[in-house]
Amino acid sequence: MTEVFANVPFLAVAALICVAVYIIMSQRNLIKIVMGVAILESAVNLFLVALGYRHGGIAPIFTDAPGTLMVLPVPQALTLTSIVIGVATTALMLTLIMLIYRHTGETDAEKSRRVKG
Amino acid sequence: MDALTAHSSILAIAIPLLAAFITPLIGRLDSRVRNVFVVVVLTFVEFLVLVLARDVYANGIHVYTLGAAAPSLTVPENYMVPVRIVLEVDGLGVFMGIISATVALAGAVYSIACVKNETGQDRFYTLLFLLTVGMLGIQFTGDLFNLFVFLEILSISGAALAAFRTRFVDAVEGGFKYLIVSTVAALMVLFATGLFYGQYNVLNIAAIADAMQYTVLDKIALTLLIAALLTKSGAVPSHWWVPDTYTPAPAGTSPIIYAASLTCLSAMFRVAFTLYGIKMSMATIGWLVIIAGLLSMFIGVTMALRQTDVKRLMVYHVISQEGYMLLGVGVGIAVLGDSQALAAYGREAIAGGLFHLINNAFFKGLLLLTGEALFFRLGTRDLNSMGGMGRNMKWTCAFFLVGALAISGVPPFNGFASKLMIYEASYQLNPMLTIIALIVSIMTLASFTKVFQSAFTGPQLPEYKDVREVPLSMKVGMGLLAGATLFISLFPGPVVNTIIYPATDALLNRAGYISAVMGGG
Repeated sequence: MTEVFANVPFLAVAALICVAVYIIMSQRNLIKIVMGVAILESAVNLFLVALGYRHGGIAPIFTDAPGTLMVLPVPQALTLTSIVIGVATTALMLTLIMLIYRHTGETDAEKSRRVKG
Repeated sequence: MDALTAHSSILAIAIPLLAAFITPLIGRLDSRVRNVFVVVVLTFVEFLVLVLARDVYANGIHVYTLGAAAPSLTVPENYMVPVRIVLEVDGLGVFMGIISATVALAGAVYSIACVKNETGQDRFYTLLFLLTVGMLGIQFTGDLFNLFVFLEILSISGAALAAFRTRFVDAVEGGFKYLIVSTVAALMVLFATGLFYGQYNVLNIAAIADAMQYTVLDKIALTLLIAALLTKSGAVPSHWWVPDTYTPAPAGTSPIIYAASLTCLSAMFRVAFTLYGIKMSMATIGWLVIIAGLLSMFIGVTMALRQTDVKRLMVYHVISQEGYMLLGVGVGIAVLGDSQALAAYGREAIAGGLFHLINNAFFKGLLLLTGEALFFRLGTRDLNSMGGMGRNMKWTCAFFLVGALAISGVPPFNGFASKLMIYEASYQLNPMLTIIALIVSIMTLASFTKVFQSAFTGPQLPEYKDVREVPLSMKVGMGLLAGATLFISLFPGPVVNTIIYPATDALLNRAGYISAVMGGG
């Protein structure tokens, strides 16, 4: 039974990636696109954390540890870095949307996009 | 000097990173002191990269382990694999490092006069430094997760620079597109990193390459990495963000953002050659790269022909020229499994692609700067409303001619030398490739003839009668890139022998890259 549940996080990752890609591809509202990117970020972070999980493991702190079965610390460090970077990119994206809105009064990609190939 | 050489790789990344955050402090005191500071720091970075290059060419691959007792201790005692962050610089790394540092210096010098009347100049230089850090970091790192981090540094600073002139709505939109594309691409890289870590428990590129089992997951990771880096480099089929982002980018930043794209392109070569090597079915991948290259060349140049915005026209040639690089390297990848063909023309093809890359970084950067110079003085980028600028802006006109003749592959300029290498090598794989490349080259010449006639020749227009030449710093910035172009044009042989072939051999020497970190051999 535990083996079935062990795959649940990865199924969730796959589902989140599908949702995110669909949003980024289909939505025209710029804020919704940013939300799609944020969901994609969460999916990748969840993937990293799930990757490092060991069934029954404890937090990887060696002091007073009752056993040696621990979850992997490296993916958690990577995720932490990735979350911080994600905050920066999301903030910059939203700033740029504010500027676009100030110029055009629109957050709709089709209407505000004046640049044409 | 020995200590400087040993630490040059980390200093080349750390010094601009530190300078990025000191710049606003100095800017509070005096803007002229700050400009001097920016130029001095970037010159020093260029010097460090050259010191590093001398070391790499003399002693082979340079490794630097952060936090170890000695920089060369890549694998700690009692460990089987490298656990620390390792910088690994080989022939390709210094080759790209030289390009990045030179273009960043020229762009910064050019920007001094060009952004003089803008607000937020301190932040402009902070972002410019961060972009330099991102480019050098991607080239020097030997760690896949660091690649992701530097890619994000490059994305954030590149997007913010592209959108720097927030009073133009197209600039903000260009920056936004670049940021979305870059973030999604970087997340794909991170996902691929996770796939590798799950299987091999290492993040080091050499260690992963050493342990590589070529499983299905590895192939998924390869696809993700190549797709992400190709998107960031702006080749067809993911070229659509390029014109919108480069065209409104302010002052000297468009060549630097261009160099950043080239950095991603070479990171893609690194993934294909070093991380995966020759066990995959290389003929298929090679032909895919060749087709992407041909499409980039053709679509780029046909779109350029119908543009009337001077900078946008040049930017479409960015896509087209990237096609030549992909063609050259693609021919090399296609014959990677066949050692006879590789020796006969494969190595030459890769060298041609890389030679075209360095040439483009200089003459394409120069052309983008001349386009910006026209916009700086005239306030428009529309070719139909310009004319007779050859009289008013003699220097800009001369720089434009150097760039335009070089990009069209007119002998004796360097564009001719690198294109000839690609033609000769690709002809041996399939003559059709050469014919298409030649046609694109002619169309490129036609397109730049149009710019020259519209902007620089013809009668003087009354509204632009009093237009003056651009200020000194912009001339110096363009002069640096024009000088680099002319230098390579005059001495193509020595340049190819000293920097192009080492970069090519670094790509082909997968075992060397691995053993430099893992030891043994």
